[in-house]
Amino acid sequence: MSTEVTRNRVSGPAIRVQGIEKSFKDLHVLRGVDFEVAAGSIFALLGSNGAGKTTMVKILSTLLKADAGTATVNGFDVAAKPGDVRESISLTGQFAAVDEVLTGRENLVLIAKLRHLTDPGAIADGLLAQFTLTDAGSRKVATYSGGMRRRLDIAMSLIGNPPVIFLDEPTTGLDPQARIEVWQTVKRLAGQGTTVLLTTQYLDEAEQLADRIAILHKGTIIQNGTLAELKQLLPPAKVEYVEKQPSLEDVFLALVGDTGETGTADDDPTNTADADRSAGPVPVRKEVR
Amino acid sequence: MTTHVLGDTRVLTSRSLRHILRSPDTIITTAVTPIALMLLFVYVFGGAINTGSDQSYINYMLPGILLITIASGIAYTAYRLFLDMQGGIFERFQSMPIARSSVLWAHVLTSLAANLVSVALVIGVALLMGFRTGASVTAWFAVAGVLILFTLALTWIAVIAGLSAKTVDGASAFSYPLIFLPFISSAFAPTDSMPGPVAWFAENQPVTSIVNTIRALFAQEPVGSDIWVALAWLVGLLAVGYAFAIAIYRRKIS
Repeated sequence: MSTEVTRNRVSGPAIRVQGIEKSFKDLHVLRGVDFEVAAGSIFALLGSNGAGKTTMVKILSTLLKADAGTATVNGFDVAAKPGDVRESISLTGQFAAVDEVLTGRENLVLIAKLRHLTDPGAIADGLLAQFTLTDAGSRKVATYSGGMRRRLDIAMSLIGNPPVIFLDEPTTGLDPQARIEVWQTVKRLAGQGTTVLLTTQYLDEAEQLADRIAILHKGTIIQNGTLAELKQLLPPAKVEYVEKQPSLEDVFLALVGDTGETGTADDDPTNTADADRSAGPVPVRKEVR
Repeated sequence: MTTHVLGDTRVLTSRSLRHILRSPDTIITTAVTPIALMLLFVYVFGGAINTGSDQSYINYMLPGILLITIASGIAYTAYRLFLDMQGGIFERFQSMPIARSSVLWAHVLTSLAANLVSVALVIGVALLMGFRTGASVTAWFAVAGVLILFTLALTWIAVIAGLSAKTVDGASAFSYPLIFLPFISSAFAPTDSMPGPVAWFAENQPVTSIVNTIRALFAQEPVGSDIWVALAWLVGLLAVGYAFAIAIYRRKIS
């Protein structure tokens, strides 16, 4: 019944958070958080460790109940309609939520079955191909590298095409190539109209991916805007001429090749979004303040 | 969403059964200790224990060994549940539109299946060692029923441990006293040979009535009032374990 509801995107913001508070005993993690995420956009919740990013994501994905405030996802209140919210979302948590004992393909089939989809096998094969995991599909996930695990994790989150996806620190602990692969995937998702809320502690990640960035600090959003808006908060950039030294990351990526272990992400037929092109080499920021 | 309870439970149960099939050592290690105890008691101590009955010692002690098998098997249930909670997969399931109770039921049904296989292994070895019974099919069903109830009761206690443990060791340590319980019961020696307070404990703890019931069923003797005491214990433990496990689970997921 609710599947039809979620297919038609509810008009208005995909996520609306108003005055959310959450404490664990004496620890006030969230002290009145407000923000909105426009449908089809990428929204980054930026903050240092312990800022409350994961708590916020857990509230939005119905894993935790807020002490105060309201939050809606895809038009459904997380407290009143958790079932409908769960139909509308996928959560990719901080630690890859994959079953190590099962093979990659079995993991995908498992999720497709739990989402009550027809032909889970075909869905699994499609995603394995899309995430260049076809060869590894019949191997136990325990043998996967961190990057492969993360790709599988995100692939599992795409099953059933939920309109809203939460990515909690999707690239923490990944090597540079795997990071770029995740970035490409996120951009592709947004290109297909999926709303993405991601949390990160990496400034460049927010800069690379997000349409809007909110900074969560000590339990409240202290700033929320586009990258350009946030940049205007500081004195205008002044032009300086500096010799551009390649960073170690540039050197590393140039030596090993951009997309690393698979090297075929760009051959992917579904990978048509123009945004992907820009994600290839690591951007070099020339602006100096 | 409740319409998916059965389907979701089936999918998740086949997942955790696959875990067991991929690491059959959990079933074998579950069976190894009881088998070793059985060898020890039959071939080392057994000759010195006067059971006061004319059955062979292996016939006498097999029921207790079966309970030990189950008590050590459910430690793996707590362990598997704990690992799911530790990894992100538990949260992934909870954030999906599935029947939430199916996550627990899958572990419970898997526990039942794994323990029944271990019990069958132990009975197989017991048969090789000379265990004999003329029990009718009905009596076998009754034995199976008692063992299934015992497994379910202990499994829900294991669920409590798995849900509330802070470490892997904690998740399985709760089973040690349960494994020890049959030793202070009528499982290996008649309770009337024990000193007063120990005998009192042995006679009034659940294992004795369960052991006596299974022993009587195997020996084709009347089960007497033992079966009712045993059933009362089993149903009571099951109800309390289930209620606590569900309460803890609700608190975890809300």
